[in-house]
Amino acid sequence: MSGRVLVTVPRTARRGEIIEIRTLAQHVMETGYRRNEVGRPIPRDIVRLFVCTYNGVEVFRAELHSAIAANPYLVFTTVATESGTLAFRWSGDNGYTATESVAISVT
Amino acid sequence: MKARAAALARLALATLLVTALPRAVSQAPGEPPAGKQSGYAWMARETRAIQDDALANPGMLSVLDGEALWARKAGTAGLACADCHGDARLSMKGVATRFPAFDARLGRPLNLEQRINACRTERQAAPALRYESRDLLALTAYVARQSHGLPIAPPADARLRPHVEAGRAEYLRRQGQLNLSCAQCHDGLADRKLVGNPITQGHPTGYPIYRLEWQAVGSLQRRLRNCMAGVRAEPHPYGAAEAVNLEAYLMWRARGMPLETPAVRP
Repeated sequence: MSGRVLVTVPRTARRGEIIEIRTLAQHVMETGYRRNEVGRPIPRDIVRLFVCTYNGVEVFRAELHSAIAANPYLVFTTVATESGTLAFRWSGDNGYTATESVAISVT
Repeated sequence: MKARAAALARLALATLLVTALPRAVSQAPGEPPAGKQSGYAWMARETRAIQDDALANPGMLSVLDGEALWARKAGTAGLACADCHGDARLSMKGVATRFPAFDARLGRPLNLEQRINACRTERQAAPALRYESRDLLALTAYVARQSHGLPIAPPADARLRPHVEAGRAEYLRRQGQLNLSCAQCHDGLADRKLVGNPITQGHPTGYPIYRLEWQAVGSLQRRLRNCMAGVRAEPHPYGAAEAVNLEAYLMWRARGMPLETPAVRP
């Protein structure tokens, strides 16, 4: 299972510049604490982990839990060091994975 | 001393009545409040920021789903929406501002969701999508997004008029255990608060909306059902004629306001 993701990264940056990265992942984030109309628990279905790598080096990681809203929106910064690829990976319950990668050119 | 206190109380009451009256009589029943404002006007800065940024607005995920569905073949006719309507960015521009619209063949008004389903069953020979299903909301959001920023323009269709009037009567009808009409809050008490939340003028400017409370995208009919449950009335079933009439009236009431789909609301 995979879902839609939206990522915003500046296409170009100066070396040493702090860049802001924004990510939005489509996910219901079902907490696992709710019950359905007949009282049965609704199984948990959440994103557990988000990892961002910059040319293979991990620059940001987030562990997500039940209290986080649907369609998690994460904003973080990193330092533009070299041209290359920012890769994003979300993974979670029920085999959920989503990936995205964006090229950045650093001058 | 006692008499003086009573006189003061009477004076205070009279002052209250005098200040309250002009507000109450300045507005005909069922007419929109002067100076129409979208629910956006009452939102927190942070919530506005989510709506304004297409890459942060979770409603856009639904719009993108709709874009994919638009091009996908469905049903035994083997047709996609795009096969007849082409590029939605051109063919669907402004369409959502004119719904609900009167359908001559069915002899009743259809809202945008029902129009999409009519296309599915009649042209694509595909099963109708369930109300509030992910796919129906996505297609509706995608079609409505093409009218983003355009003014709501209900058609001047004589056949639609009785339905708008029926919708207005529904809007003015007191209902539920709390015995409240839509107008009492959304005309009379707009700008006041209900359990800490602002009461808005109730203009349907951004449907389908992403509602933070729902953690999901939802239709205008879902929102109307919410309000009805709130006044302890029995909500209309999805797609009921009364609900579509109410939608038609609300769109008439909001005429001229720009469409914000997909709006974000708290």
